[in-house]
Amino acid sequence: MEASKIDRIVRQYRAKESAILAILQDIQAEEKYLPKETLESVSQKMRIPMVHVFRIATFYNALSLKPRGRHKIDVCLGTACHVRGGDKILDKMERDLGISVGETTRDKRFTLESVHCVGCCSLGPVAVIDGDVHGRLSQEKVPGLLKDFK
Amino acid sequence: MIIRTKNDLEKIREKGLKSLYPGATKISVGMATCGLSTGAGKVYEAIQKEIEKAKVPILLGRTGCIGFCQREPVVDILEPGKPRIFYQGVTSERCGELVQKWLENKVVEDLLFCKMEKEDRILEGSVKDYAVRSVPAGINGTPYYHQVPFYSKQLKIALRNCGFINPDHIEEYVARGGYFSLYRALFEMKPEEIIGEVKRSGLRGRGGAGFPTGNKWDSCRKAKGDQKFILCNADEGDPGAYMDRSILEGDPHSVIEGMIIGAYAIGAQEGFIYVRDEYPLAIQKLKIAIRQAEEAGLLGENILGSGFSLKINLFRGGGAFVCGESTALMASIEGKVGEPRAKHIHTTESGLWDKPSNLNNVETWNNIPVIVSRGADWYSKIGTQGSKGTKVFSIVGKVNNTGLIEVPMGATLREIVYDIGGGVPDGKKFKAVQTGGPSGGCIPESLIDMPVDYDQLTQVGSMMGSGGMIVMDESTCMVDIAKYFMNFLKSESCGKCTSCREGTKRMHEILAEIAEGRGTTDHIDLLKELGWVTAEASLCQLGATAPNPVLSTLRYFRNEYEEHIINKRCPAKVCRALLRYRILSDVCKRCGKCIKVCPAGAITGKAKTKKESGKPFKIDTKKCTRCGMCFEACKFKAIEVE
Repeated sequence: MEASKIDRIVRQYRAKESAILAILQDIQAEEKYLPKETLESVSQKMRIPMVHVFRIATFYNALSLKPRGRHKIDVCLGTACHVRGGDKILDKMERDLGISVGETTRDKRFTLESVHCVGCCSLGPVAVIDGDVHGRLSQEKVPGLLKDFK
Repeated sequence: MIIRTKNDLEKIREKGLKSLYPGATKISVGMATCGLSTGAGKVYEAIQKEIEKAKVPILLGRTGCIGFCQREPVVDILEPGKPRIFYQGVTSERCGELVQKWLENKVVEDLLFCKMEKEDRILEGSVKDYAVRSVPAGINGTPYYHQVPFYSKQLKIALRNCGFINPDHIEEYVARGGYFSLYRALFEMKPEEIIGEVKRSGLRGRGGAGFPTGNKWDSCRKAKGDQKFILCNADEGDPGAYMDRSILEGDPHSVIEGMIIGAYAIGAQEGFIYVRDEYPLAIQKLKIAIRQAEEAGLLGENILGSGFSLKINLFRGGGAFVCGESTALMASIEGKVGEPRAKHIHTTESGLWDKPSNLNNVETWNNIPVIVSRGADWYSKIGTQGSKGTKVFSIVGKVNNTGLIEVPMGATLREIVYDIGGGVPDGKKFKAVQTGGPSGGCIPESLIDMPVDYDQLTQVGSMMGSGGMIVMDESTCMVDIAKYFMNFLKSESCGKCTSCREGTKRMHEILAEIAEGRGTTDHIDLLKELGWVTAEASLCQLGATAPNPVLSTLRYFRNEYEEHIINKRCPAKVCRALLRYRILSDVCKRCGKCIKVCPAGAITGKAKTKKESGKPFKIDTKKCTRCGMCFEACKFKAIEVE
């Protein structure tokens, strides 16, 4: 990420230490992940030790140090989805995409992740793709669902 | 417009009433996350097009979720002089018909869900009568809202506005009595009186632990310090619970109003709402609501001209379950990692930035305006001796009617699961209800007539938690559930306490061994011992309650553990390593579908054609990965799991 962009985000929060999570989230919203150089730059600009920035970046599940694909799939593994077969949906996606959870396909089309409950329990099992919730899934519906994402 | 007097507030109410009951036909679409995920966005657009096409003065609005999430998208039509009607499962293809028929004074009968002639306004204790004069053709057989089994036993206090107002319109919130409680609190009550009222109401924390809210406020008010904070815990992490999301998406002002009243009572000048990262729509609705409240002079300097000031900040979480714990949540806001600390000194005395801080859950804050408006005497008549008021539950899992319900404390599990939830689908046998999220436990069928309140749930080894109720049937394996929660807890443990970090990991390992058929009888005692150590030696409630899912399943379902350990069998047919898939040759029609879907190439046989009868189908158990694809695909139920 360009230095000016990082500057803008940091300045927006007046470089307050308490805003570190929000700053990293804003950066990730643009970059889809947190590149090492960006984290170093944030550390310098905010005068926060790199070890602390790194600790925040690795503590929170929403933050990622690995590059992500064009589309992000979050398969819900909340309790309600679990009892209705959420793990089977994840298995099917892993098989169809040829990757394990947490990985990105080689063509950078998809990143597959899991999430503990998105609060759509009555429609389980569900998966979230690029922020849109898809409910009432079954293994059979998975190929049709993924087909539309290029 | 800045509200300064009660008259100003009345003017906003007038505006809101015009928007709620506009004197013309108004169609509203439920557009909370559950609605949107079933296509409410497309339905909204389709209705908009139909209205334009028909060139009729029909108004179109958005609301939150009316609770029956399973029947989404829900659309309601309100025309002066007619009953309000609710449609369920609406698709964009049927919107033309829906609008057209209404113009002909008819309804789309197969989509009809219920009708309503009066609307409860719990905040004011009044009823809005629609003054029905004529009825569209074809709705005589449709039940009234309060006759629908899903709604008939409900009492909506927390969900009072969800599905009835547009969350983006502060006027509509005011029209149903909103912010009048704030006015009353600021000008007609002393802070101590408010705290007294909340204490007498018997309200207990809705986030899970059930601490008396008034007592918490009292100790924060009495704590030394000029600067104090109020916080709202919207980090709804319990999987299976989503009432806070629904309240924030459908009625965000109720939470803000509760917080302003609380801040005034406690003497706080700044507030934070800590929202889960996984709830983008709730964040969006809160942002809008906070801005509107600021613009109306309900937040910021000199609120309503009272001299009292409050700023509320929105803080987006980072997707860490432990941040729902009070001290971890505060550390997270301070810019630290969200790790809990020991609570020798309560956060009400030294919390956020070491200042006295009062943290309450979304649903707790949302109850406050009602208590101020209706009074503690009214409120405390609802519920049981130790648990007053109502509680919202998300009733999900293996149950016919899934959604958000709100019942008086003390309703029995039977009423919730059978009367409201409509029982277990597909003729299967009910097994248990899981409450309290990862800190809770599984309650067996033998306790189904138990009244649900804080104390009863704790007594049976579970807890209230935030109100998730996951119904389980005979095809849910209790060892698998315990393993599921332990996997959740091991990945969400922050790692600060060794007992929690290692305890959850080891318990998960043992449960995995049992689920894979390598369990021994010693494992049960070891699980109990590990559970005890984890609970006793961990700082925060995540660790202290972590063994509950294991201990409660061991307490009520020990036989299932023994089946896995001794007979290497999973009675619910869930634990994959113990399953065998088999094709019943006498039922099999040799259609060949299973061969196509099997990802492991484990099925052999030849499909039947017009000329040939094919060859018998068989599953090679060595190649089979037990993914269940063939089982799901077979239309003839020719695949058996044993």
